[in-house]
Amino acid sequence: MGISETYTRGRELAVTRPGSVLLGLVGVVLLFDLLVSLVTGTQSLSGVGSLVWDGLMRGLVIGLAGIGLSMTYSILNFANFAHGDYITAGAFSGWATTYLIAGLGRADVGALLLVGASGSVFGGTLGIGVTGTPVAVVAGIVVAGISTVLLALLIDRTVFKPIRDEDGITLLITSVGVAFALRYLMQFVFSSSVRGTTAQPPSLSLYLVDGAVRINAHDIALVVVAGSLMLGVHLLLQLTKLGKAMRAMADNEDLAQITGIPTERVVRAVWVVGGGLTGVAGYIFILWKGTLGFNDGWLLLLLIFAAVILGGIGSIYGAIVGGLAIGLTASLSVIWIPSSFSRAAAFFVMIVLLLVKPEGLFSGRSTA
Amino acid sequence: MSVRDDLAARIPGGDTGLILSILLIVYAAYVLVGVGLGYSLRGQFNTIAVLTFYIAVFAMLALALNLHWGYTGLFNIGIVGFMAIGIYVMAFVSKPLYQPGGAAQVGGLGLPIIVGMIAGTVAAALVGLVVALPALRLRADYLAIVTIAMSEIVRFSFLSGEFEQFELFGTRVGFGGGSGLILNYTDPLTAFFEVFGLGGAYLGLVDAFGALVPNNPKPVVDSLVYGLLLLLFVAAYYWLLKRTGESPFGRVLKAIREDEDVANSLGKDTNRFKTKAFMLGCGLMGLAGVLWFMRSGAVTPNTFRPRITFFVWIALIIGGAGSNTGSVLGGAVFAALLYQGPRYLKNLIDAALPNASAPSGFGPAIAPLVSNVDPTPLLLYTIDSIRQLQLVFMGLVLIWLMHNRPEGMLGHRKETAAGIPLTASQARDKTAETDGGTTGGEADE
Repeated sequence: MGISETYTRGRELAVTRPGSVLLGLVGVVLLFDLLVSLVTGTQSLSGVGSLVWDGLMRGLVIGLAGIGLSMTYSILNFANFAHGDYITAGAFSGWATTYLIAGLGRADVGALLLVGASGSVFGGTLGIGVTGTPVAVVAGIVVAGISTVLLALLIDRTVFKPIRDEDGITLLITSVGVAFALRYLMQFVFSSSVRGTTAQPPSLSLYLVDGAVRINAHDIALVVVAGSLMLGVHLLLQLTKLGKAMRAMADNEDLAQITGIPTERVVRAVWVVGGGLTGVAGYIFILWKGTLGFNDGWLLLLLIFAAVILGGIGSIYGAIVGGLAIGLTASLSVIWIPSSFSRAAAFFVMIVLLLVKPEGLFSGRSTA
Repeated sequence: MSVRDDLAARIPGGDTGLILSILLIVYAAYVLVGVGLGYSLRGQFNTIAVLTFYIAVFAMLALALNLHWGYTGLFNIGIVGFMAIGIYVMAFVSKPLYQPGGAAQVGGLGLPIIVGMIAGTVAAALVGLVVALPALRLRADYLAIVTIAMSEIVRFSFLSGEFEQFELFGTRVGFGGGSGLILNYTDPLTAFFEVFGLGGAYLGLVDAFGALVPNNPKPVVDSLVYGLLLLLFVAAYYWLLKRTGESPFGRVLKAIREDEDVANSLGKDTNRFKTKAFMLGCGLMGLAGVLWFMRSGAVTPNTFRPRITFFVWIALIIGGAGSNTGSVLGGAVFAALLYQGPRYLKNLIDAALPNASAPSGFGPAIAPLVSNVDPTPLLLYTIDSIRQLQLVFMGLVLIWLMHNRPEGMLGHRKETAAGIPLTASQARDKTAETDGGTTGGEADE
């Protein structure tokens, strides 16, 4: 390939997609800036390593929670704004179970069931953690998943099913109503206090040139749970008949129905799979973060939307990759900009990517 | 439906008459309940002033949103962000210069309040432009996510320490960060009357009012007069948006809402139209934000959470997207029934049961019900947390509306595109037109 050819192609790219070129340039400048600060010692390699690890963990949570959103988005054709509150609901139900099992006999049952509302019980004093109370944590994960499935099915039956054939915006507005009703109902029951849920988990330090990157047991639990669930969804979609039906429905619902796919049953299956993943994501998010408040899911929701759109709606790999990208952006942005803007940076990346590539990174690969 | 149309047709004065009669009913209900519970005159006036205030701000915001969603079909759920920009820029421009030792940690530019209001409106419109440039090319649900992300970015920016205070032209200015911004300019109401040289006359009015409310009548009069001024703003919004909607510009907007491709193929640069409409609406939202918060003494970024956006959407959907009259009615009904109603109810119950103390949390509230079937603590707790439960209730109302009446109270009406009455002969038969006389014979399904 001659130089002139390369030049022509480069110019073509610059003319047809100026956004991508600009984005690439910005990326190069930021990377160069990072290298300079690493060399001059303003940033330590281990510090950057810690940020990357933190971003990966955050990305896994976002990606795992994003799969459910992406599935309902592509198959039911609407952006579900209640998804964030499904996450919170899963977290509260799961943590109520964990508290109950871990603290039975040591504290009042009511206080345990309300996840220590207004400081009646503390997760730290109960010694909750993957290593401290493994049974309680596993039970919590299972209950979180199951109860979110039930909640999602109930809401689908009562709220979304009667208006299934309306356009996406009608469903979106309805889901906003569901979101507010759920969120403030949870605040009514569980109070608005943000409580610490876990005891300090054991951690190990990985030495990296000039310092240590700390990885704790809850990080590992997150990796294991998120990884295995993502693999499970992949196998489900690729190997089972249900997966094939879901992909067909995401592609063209009418055609799927004509071919004999029981669409209502597939919709139910989508809520079961999506709801289960969402509930578990909510639980594991709180386990990793260590605090629980009624707004957590809602605050995470916008990042999840960013991830799902970034990855391309309907693609579960897109949701995972998008989640990791958003998580890394939010964590790594503190290298260049003040930390109070890290969330803003993640949204900004989403907006920019929408401009450059509105169909997302994994576009056109619906639920596959 | 026909019953309502008949009713609407019988009210004299068309749309204005409809709005006024609904307002009258609302006020009468509030006053009657107040009288029934033996409220003092001062309490009654305060209730009315607060009610007027919320009716006015929600009506303004619903009108602005109607331009976006009802006319142009732009799904904007970042309303609160534009409001925040409006009031913060206004405060930035109008706050007096920084004085060391004062209560305010930061100063402003010290310009007159009216300049600040204009600056806030323009700033909101410009931010609207920035959002519109990328977002309007996208699908409706993407626009939704971009606008709500924008409103959160705005909130985080005002929360951040970086903008808390900085130097500009040698004085200390800023947005106050998480601890809030004290609005230490002259009271806008006083400033307003002084512009017209009416400061003395206004104080005279306050004194005259002292006959009704003997001690310290000024706050009461202030809020009543401010409420009235806001209603004038609502009328101005209504007039402006009605004119916009009926103009050739508005016709293109409606065409875009119905089918953007068709509008495009008729040679209209739809992106330009959408951008302009979006900016106008955002500016109006900014101004509404200024008017809402400029007399509140201080603002903090966390006031501007997406729930306010949610309120405005409910107001618009109650009234009916696509109808300016509906937007005002929706704002009034939302403010009176859903927003102020539960709080008023709580005050009434508190007044009726002064000795009841509510349990501090759900646990102590439910325990007596489980152990010895005593529902009183749960009821008390429910009443005590009415501010949270009203959001639950609003969510349920929204779901109900989307199921049963997505077109709202008046959204089923269609406005004719033509500026002149097309059905003059029919209009003579049907003497009372519901749509202000300019549209004919379409007031039903």
